Amino acid sequence: MRAYLPAYEMETPRDLEAALGRMASEPGVWRPFAGGTDLMVLLEAGKLPHQKFLNIWNLAELRGMEVSSEHVTLGALTTYTEVQRNKTLLREFPLLCRAAAETGSVATQNRGTLGGNIANASPAADSPPALIVYDAEIEIVSAGGSRWVHYASFHTEYKKMNLHAGELIRRIRLLRTHAQWKQYFRKVGTRRAQAISKICFAGAARVEAGRIADVRIALGSVAPTVLHAVRVEELLRGQRPGSAVLQAAQDALNAEIAPIDDMRSTAPYRRNVARNLLAEFLEVLAG
Amino acid sequence: METRVIGKSVPRKEGRKKVTGRARYVDDLSFPGMLHGVTVRSPAARGRIRAIRFEGEIPWHEFTVVTAKDIPGKNCIALLIEDQPCLAAEFVNHPEEAIVLLAHHDKYLLEEARRAVRIEIEPLPAIFSIEDSRARKEIIWGQDNIFKSFCVDKGDVDGAWASAAFVVEGRYETGAQEQLYIEPQGMIAQVSEAEGVTVWGSLQCPHYVHKALMVLFGLPRERIRVVQTETGGGFGGKEEYPSMIAAHAALLARKSGRPVKIIYDRAEDMVATTKRHPSRTRHVTALSRDGRLLAMDIDFTVDGGAYETLSPVVLSRGTIHAAGPYACPNVRIRSRAVATNAPPHGAFRGFGAPQSVFALERHLDRVAEAVGIAPDELRRRNFIREGQTLAVGQVVKEKVDMNGLMERAFALSGYHAKRKKFAAANSDPRGAIKKGIGFASFLHGAGFTGSGEEYLASEVAMEAMADGTVHILAGSTEMGQGTNTIFAQIAAEALRLDCEQIKIIQPDTAYVANSGPTVASRTAMIVGKLVETAGLGLLKSLTDGEFLQPGYTAADFSRACGEYVAKHGPLKTFVKYEHPRDLHWDDLKYSGDAYGAYAWAVYVAEVSVDIRTAEVRVNDFVAVQEVGKVINPVLAAGQIEGGVAQGIGFALYENVVWQEGRMVNAQMTNYVMPTSVDLPAIRVYFEEIPYGRGPAGAKGLGELPLDGTAPAIANAIAQATGVDVRQIPITAETLLEMLEGVHA
Repeated sequence: MRAYLPAYEMETPRDLEAALGRMASEPGVWRPFAGGTDLMVLLEAGKLPHQKFLNIWNLAELRGMEVSSEHVTLGALTTYTEVQRNKTLLREFPLLCRAAAETGSVATQNRGTLGGNIANASPAADSPPALIVYDAEIEIVSAGGSRWVHYASFHTEYKKMNLHAGELIRRIRLLRTHAQWKQYFRKVGTRRAQAISKICFAGAARVEAGRIADVRIALGSVAPTVLHAVRVEELLRGQRPGSAVLQAAQDALNAEIAPIDDMRSTAPYRRNVARNLLAEFLEVLAG
Repeated sequence: METRVIGKSVPRKEGRKKVTGRARYVDDLSFPGMLHGVTVRSPAARGRIRAIRFEGEIPWHEFTVVTAKDIPGKNCIALLIEDQPCLAAEFVNHPEEAIVLLAHHDKYLLEEARRAVRIEIEPLPAIFSIEDSRARKEIIWGQDNIFKSFCVDKGDVDGAWASAAFVVEGRYETGAQEQLYIEPQGMIAQVSEAEGVTVWGSLQCPHYVHKALMVLFGLPRERIRVVQTETGGGFGGKEEYPSMIAAHAALLARKSGRPVKIIYDRAEDMVATTKRHPSRTRHVTALSRDGRLLAMDIDFTVDGGAYETLSPVVLSRGTIHAAGPYACPNVRIRSRAVATNAPPHGAFRGFGAPQSVFALERHLDRVAEAVGIAPDELRRRNFIREGQTLAVGQVVKEKVDMNGLMERAFALSGYHAKRKKFAAANSDPRGAIKKGIGFASFLHGAGFTGSGEEYLASEVAMEAMADGTVHILAGSTEMGQGTNTIFAQIAAEALRLDCEQIKIIQPDTAYVANSGPTVASRTAMIVGKLVETAGLGLLKSLTDGEFLQPGYTAADFSRACGEYVAKHGPLKTFVKYEHPRDLHWDDLKYSGDAYGAYAWAVYVAEVSVDIRTAEVRVNDFVAVQEVGKVINPVLAAGQIEGGVAQGIGFALYENVVWQEGRMVNAQMTNYVMPTSVDLPAIRVYFEEIPYGRGPAGAKGLGELPLDGTAPAIANAIAQATGVDVRQIPITAETLLEMLEGVHA
C-alpha cells in the first residue's frame, strides 16, 4: 500500500442524523465512505487525497428495499449482490441485475453499492445506464432536508454531479412500469469477468403493434458522463424497429456520443461497437 | 521400463504447506530491527541527472538514504556484461530506472518520503521503437544500438529464389508481456562485518544473485550468501531481476547496519521490472510447385530495452526456433536485439521462441494459402524427420513423428470436420458469430543452447543421513513448477525408496551445489539427470561396501546408511554435468547441435468471434506433445495448462500500453489477463518417447506451451473472419478495425 495511513481520518456516525450533522458542521470536509470499492483502489495506489472520511456502511437509514404498487425503492447502500438476489428486481428490472452481476469480482459485488456507483460518477460505471433506462429518481438528503431528482440529469459533466457539500444519496426509486418492455443489456469489457466497461449499452422499449411506442437508451464509457441517448430515442419513437430506421438511428447515436481513446480502448472502437449494439438492440425489439 | 514413482502423480512436496498457509514467503519473514526499503525512480526516459532534492515535511534525518556513491564495488548488475548500473549515477536510460534508495522502520512514512524526493533531469532525446532504434535515430547504447546479432546460414538461400514456384513474404509483430507471477518481487538483506552479505528472497537463480552481489560489493565468494525463500511464481521474471532488488536491499542494509526488506507492490513490479521482448519478424519463403520448402529467409528483431541484460540469449533462442520443425535445404536467419529507452526486457517462459514461432506458424498458414494447399498438408510435406537437418545444422537423431502428433491432435479436436463445418456456416452473412479452428506445429529445445550446458558445468550434491533420509542439495529452485517433487521422484526411483524419504534442501548458496539457473526447460532433463546419477552413486557406495544387498527395503536402506556413516563418516556424492561427446556446437558459425533434445508439439485452437464487438473467445484447446518420459502427469499437465493460459493471454488479452517507454496500464484492472471464465477447457495429451540422456527418459517441457498457443489462435481467427492476423495481442480494437474498417 502506498498510502500514509496516519494522514487519514475516519469516523463512524451512529445514525443518518449524526452523519448529516457532521457533514453540515464542516461542509465539504467529510467524504462519505460506503463500500469503499473505489476509494480503496486509490488508497492502495497512493492516489487518495488525505481527507476525512465518514464510514456510512452501517447506516440503517440507507439500507433496505421497499416495494409499493408503483415503485421499488432501494437504499443507497444496496449492494450488487443484493440487487442480483432480489426476485422483484430480477423479474421487472433485469438490466440492473445484469449490470450488478457483471460489475467487478464477487468481493466487489458484496461491498459495492448502488449509491457509491452513482456518487463515484465514473462514466464507465455499469449500473447507471440501467438506472437511466428505468428513469430512476434519487433522494438526496442533508441536515436541511431532502429532495428528489431525476437520475438522468444528475451527472452534469465529467465527475461533476448535482450533489452539494453536506448532501448524501439516500434512496433510489424505480417506477414499476417496465416489466412488459423489451429489454437489452450488453457490457463489452476487456474480458468476460472482473472487467471495466469499454462500452456498456442498456435499452428498453415498449413495442405496440410492431412500432416502438416508447424507448429508453443509455450508454456507459462513450462520453464524459453516462449518456442518455435522447436523440436516438426521439428518432425511434413511433418507428418500426428494422433496417429502415437503423441507419438514421446509428447516425443519431454517432452524433450523440463523444468517446475517447484511453488505455482500455479506442474512440473508433467505441463508436463502431455502439452502432453495432444499437443494431442488436433493434433486432431484439423486432424479434 | 517398470518404475516405482516416476510416471506417478505423487503429491507436490510443498503442497500441504502452501494450501495451509504455512509456506513462508519473503514478505512473511521479519528480522529484529528490520527496516523497510523503497526505490526512487527516474521520471524521465533518458537524460542527465541534475539534482536530487529531499523535500516535504519529512524527518529526513531518520532515513537511510543510498545513492550510487554508496556502492562499495562496481556500480553494475553483473550478468552477461556489466552495462546496467545498480543505481543511475549521472545518466538515466529508461523510465523508472532506480536512482535513490530509502529505508525507514515505518513503511507508510516511507511512501510519503518516496513521493517527496524530487529528481531533476535534463532530458535527452530518447527512442521507443525497434524501427527508430534500427534507424539509429539516436544512438543510445554502444556504437549502433545493437546488443547482439546472429546470422544462421544453411545452404544457399539466394540461389533458391530463381527456381521457386512461389515466393511468399510476410511481416509479423508480437508485443511485450508481463510475467504476472502471483507473488511480486521481494528481498531481505543483512550485512555485517562478521557474516558478509546475506539475502533472502523470491528468486529463480540463487547463483546469478550471488555473482551480482560479489561484483557490487567487491567481496569474495564466501562473503556472499543467497537464500531462496518460498517463491510464488517466476516465469522468467525472477531470473535476472532479483539481482537488482537484492543489490538495493543489501546497499540499504550495509549503510543502515540493519536488516532491510524491499517488497514491490504490483504497480511497481509491473512498471519497473522486465517483460517479454517485443518482436518484429519478416519472412520470405520460397516453395516448389508441390509445396516443398526451398528457402526460408528470416529476419528477426527483438526490443531489448535500455540495457543488455539477457537479450543476447533471448535472441539466440528466438533465432534458433525461428525456422521450426521443418526440413528446408536453404535457411538464412538474420537477427538482432536492439536498444530502446524502455526498462530492459527480460526472461519470460519461452525466451524468444514464442515470438519467432508466432511469426513462422502464422506465416505458414499464409504460405499454404498462396500455394493452394491446406495448412496441414503444407506442414506434412515439410515436417522434419529423423536424420534430417534443422536450420542450425543439427541432424535430428531422436525419433520424431510430427505427423503422428498432428493426426492425433486433429482426431482429438475434430479438426477436419470442424474446419469444413465452420467454413460453410461462416459464409452466411447473417451470422454475427463466426467460428474458426487453427493449429500450430512446433518444437522447443530443452536446456541451455549450444555449448551453454558445457560452460555451466552444473553440479548436484546428495547426502544420505544416518537415519536413511536422503538430502538433495542443488541450486535449482521450486517456484510452483514442481522441482521439489520431480527431484524427489527421480532420487526415490534411483534409490528404490518412497518420495517421503527424500528431502530437498532449501537453495542456499552457502550449502547447496550450483546446479545452474532454473530456466530454459533444463531442470527436469539436465539437473534431474544429475540427481538420478547422484542417487545411483549413493547406492553404489552402499552396495560396494556391502552395507546393502539387492532386494532391500526402506528399513534396510536406513540401517545401511546408519552403518556406513558410523564407519566412514558422511555419505555424500557430488555429480557434475558432462557434456555428451557427440554434441557439437560452433559459436562463431552459430551452427551445430543447438540442444540435446527437443519437445515436439501440435496445438489446435477453436475460436468464435463476435463480429459486432470483435470479441474473441477460445472455445476449445487441444495440446498434444512429445516430451519424453513424463515424470509426474498431474504436474506436467498443469504446466501445459498454465502455459496455454499464459499463451492465450499473450495472443488475445495482454497488451502493455506504452507512453514514452513507460507502461501506463500497470495495474491488473487495466493490464488484462484472462480469468477462468475467459479460458476454454485445455485438453492436454502426452506422447512419450524416452530420451536416453534424461532421467528415466524425460525431456524439458516448461516453456513449450507458450510457443504454439498464440499462432494456433491467430490461425483460427483467420479462418473465422478472413482477417489476415499479423500481430499479437489481437485486441478487439485492432480486429474490429480490420473487420470493417473504421467509420470514425
